[in-house]
Amino acid sequence: MLLTPEESINIQNNIGADIIMALDDVVKTTITGPRIEEAMYRTLRWIDRCIAAHKKPDVQNLFGIVQGGLDPVLRDICVRGLVERNLPGYAIGGLAGGEDKDSFWRVVAQCTAGLPEDKPRYVMGVGYPLDIVVCSALGADMYDCVYPTRTARFGSALVPEGVLKLKQNAMATDERPIDPSCPCMVCKNYTRAYLHCLVTKDPMGSQLLSYHNLSFMARLSRDLHMSILEGRFPEFVRGFLRVQFPKGDVPKWVHNAMEVAGIDISECCTPTNCQHDAMEAAGVDISEFCPPTRCP
Amino acid sequence: MRFAVTKVCASGAKARAGLLQIGSSGVETPALLLSTRKGLPAFMSPDLLSSLPLPDSLLLNVCPTHFIEVPPSKTISNIGGLHRMLGLPDHILVAAAGESTECLPSSDATNKFGASFETPAGRKLVKPSDYMELISCLQPNLWASLADEVPAWVNEKRNKTSVERTLRWLDACIALDAASGRNSLGVVVGGSSIEQRKLCATEVSKRNVSGFWIGGFGLGESVEERCSLLNAVTDCLPLEKPRIVSRLGLPEEVLEGVASGIDLFDSTYIYQLTMGGFALIFPIDMVEREMQNGVFDSSAGDSAKINLRATTYRKDMSRIVDGCTCFTCQNHTRAYLNHLINVHEMLAQILLEIHNTHHYLRFFRSIREAIKAGEFDIFWKQFVENRRSQIAAAAIRE
Repeated sequence: MLLTPEESINIQNNIGADIIMALDDVVKTTITGPRIEEAMYRTLRWIDRCIAAHKKPDVQNLFGIVQGGLDPVLRDICVRGLVERNLPGYAIGGLAGGEDKDSFWRVVAQCTAGLPEDKPRYVMGVGYPLDIVVCSALGADMYDCVYPTRTARFGSALVPEGVLKLKQNAMATDERPIDPSCPCMVCKNYTRAYLHCLVTKDPMGSQLLSYHNLSFMARLSRDLHMSILEGRFPEFVRGFLRVQFPKGDVPKWVHNAMEVAGIDISECCTPTNCQHDAMEAAGVDISEFCPPTRCP
Repeated sequence: MRFAVTKVCASGAKARAGLLQIGSSGVETPALLLSTRKGLPAFMSPDLLSSLPLPDSLLLNVCPTHFIEVPPSKTISNIGGLHRMLGLPDHILVAAAGESTECLPSSDATNKFGASFETPAGRKLVKPSDYMELISCLQPNLWASLADEVPAWVNEKRNKTSVERTLRWLDACIALDAASGRNSLGVVVGGSSIEQRKLCATEVSKRNVSGFWIGGFGLGESVEERCSLLNAVTDCLPLEKPRIVSRLGLPEEVLEGVASGIDLFDSTYIYQLTMGGFALIFPIDMVEREMQNGVFDSSAGDSAKINLRATTYRKDMSRIVDGCTCFTCQNHTRAYLNHLINVHEMLAQILLEIHNTHHYLRFFRSIREAIKAGEFDIFWKQFVENRRSQIAAAAIRE
């Protein structure tokens, strides 16, 4: 089925959602070449067709979607083009598709810098709790992702430390709840041991884990929101990173992003990380001493 | 556990109403045991379970053999038993070893040491000692003893053996039980032999059990012989103890069972309907029956149920059952369920299980009301006749 901008907006007008999305031309961030530029310009042409086809602009909010791959020049053209159209909100699209994290955060940062301050910025397809924290620090407001429920169906629960794989044999005798600090129905009533025998085998396992994971994401959102309102957002970020990376091995891309976001996370990182950077700055190659996973 | 018969039908019929009291919960009978997988319903999560009619929905059937691999017995005990592990402290949990979806009895592999079941973890031989170890750490409210259930086509010798084994294992289970059988349900088997059925029932009655679990039905016997077998069994059982029958779930089977003096029904009917995309619509009382007459299009189901997968429901904006107070009917249309089923969304089964359970519990409620009003015979007759005329009308239309 070949979906045109007019058809897409028409269907969305019928469905009646409060926020509807423009039809954009999305390409994988892992490709290179003229296709990316073609997609970006097409997206800009299509936004005009979407605006023209939209029959209910007073009750349904049409969001434009910024494309342009990982190229800052293309992204800039797209951002300017969409801002000119004065839309109710803007999405940052084309990401969360396998590109390296260092490129990912830079595109988000560029877009949030160029999009209007008084309108929502929606990063599509994000994602992991860490990614949401970083993007929020960079000025994003809205997210969507299949991750919490999909990972639930595969037996993984979201916890402050990261991910708890309930399929592991060790879980069969673990009498604790998924997360002792979580107030959700699942953590209040069920043990890891019982959930272990349900996950990936019974639909009920998928349901209970989805329930917890969605509760986790809702709490994360609320915590981010409250910490900003109460003027302690940097503290919250530091606390979040400390729990996720107890050994202080915060990935370099997070470092870089937080620097641009203006948040000091040096106390969450162990000195070894800094030694890497020091060596790098001095031009000394120490990669043969490091296990591949450790090097940023 | 306390059970009392509160009303018996006059005119020689054996149908009876009763009250089952366990802890602070009291449930009226005849009643339905909701089937579960690993203790929880297949699709209705615990928060949805509590929105079903109470106290009817407190009765759950749990299969101990679902826990034969994990979690380990010690862990189950540490957690505090079934009620704590399932997060259902107020429910009445009735345990029985074999059931129709996940733990099927495999009678050819059963031997003198134990009963064999086909489980998701493969074929398992369960000895009375294994079974009672599970029961003692699960701590259900009631438990059926380990039995040798055989299909209707086995030879006389095999059938006789199954009765002997079942009785032997009943005694073994009671001996291994810390409460000496106080919460036990003695299993009655005997296949298609009236003689063996009577023998087994009489023998089980002599043991110190709280009630009776009538097994071995729904395994190939014909509808005609089932009626006489069931009555032969109940005639030999004491009146004051509850009788549960398993694998009889169709509305007509339930009515037959009630007429033979059965108090509780354990069946996976709702689960099987739900998995097939069927929603129950049969009229529950006279008023509904009149409303339904003549308004029914039989192209996608029959007067008892509709198959929401069918294209005829793609644009059907009506409720599954008008006036049904379940969550599904209050919030969604047939068209939406048709869509969910056809795009393979799990929400379809969740919504269907809610409606089907709700509808079937209402059916049981109306059976109880008919017994209490002394009108069960009329109720049964009208139900069956209405069903027959619907089928006849459908046949004529074709």
